[in-house]
Amino acid sequence: MRFTLKKDKSGVVIVGVEGQLIVGNRQELKQKVLDALEEGSRKFIIDFSKTGYIDSSGLGVLVSLSKKIREQGGELRLAGLNADLQTLFELTKLDTLFAITKTAEEALAAF
Amino acid sequence: MKLDVPSDLGMVGDAVELVASHLPPGTLSPRRISFNLRTALAEALGNAIRYGTGEDPARVVSISVELGHGVVRIHVVDDGNGFDPSRLPDPTHPDNLEREYGRGLFVIRHLVDDVAFNEKGNGICLTLRAG
Repeated sequence: MRFTLKKDKSGVVIVGVEGQLIVGNRQELKQKVLDALEEGSRKFIIDFSKTGYIDSSGLGVLVSLSKKIREQGGELRLAGLNADLQTLFELTKLDTLFAITKTAEEALAAF
Repeated sequence: MKLDVPSDLGMVGDAVELVASHLPPGTLSPRRISFNLRTALAEALGNAIRYGTGEDPARVVSISVELGHGVVRIHVVDDGNGFDPSRLPDPTHPDNLEREYGRGLFVIRHLVDDVAFNEKGNGICLTLRAG
């Protein structure tokens, strides 16, 4: 499991989650995003197209990050959820909290 | 299969992979293993380490896997004081939606076919049926 981070030409930070987002690695994701926020980035996409599963700790860190980013006047979008992950967001009603797109490209276009 | 996992949240991912990769082929569908089992086991193990053993690396959480005809039962037991699973708030309530914690058991219940706790509340049994 690992996280990739890149910035597109318009300054949007795209974080890729490869493998899983769970209790054991959620702090790493949180720190990467908070570091970018501290450096002045305000638009974020988390790309789950290579993510196998997310546990509730992973969901919780997304909720926490969304709040922090909004407090700084920024925006977080989620992209690339497979059918199972989409179901997870729907059953926890977190699909009402996040802007979710099928691909990172769609999320970029929406900014 | 039996496994003792040190009480370290960083071990959860590896422990889940060990269990998932050692299930005999055909026990569950690949999708149920890759998503339902992995997620539910990560939840249960994470909860046991965080709340049961207090992330004390000197303590362990025990996992045991029972295989039956068309059914997998996974037991996760810690040596903590247990808890009352009936006293958890609904994480989907609007007042709770923006909380960082409190979704674990809710998620488990929706991903497996049955959830049972031992009397003390420090052990959980997850049942997944073939399909």
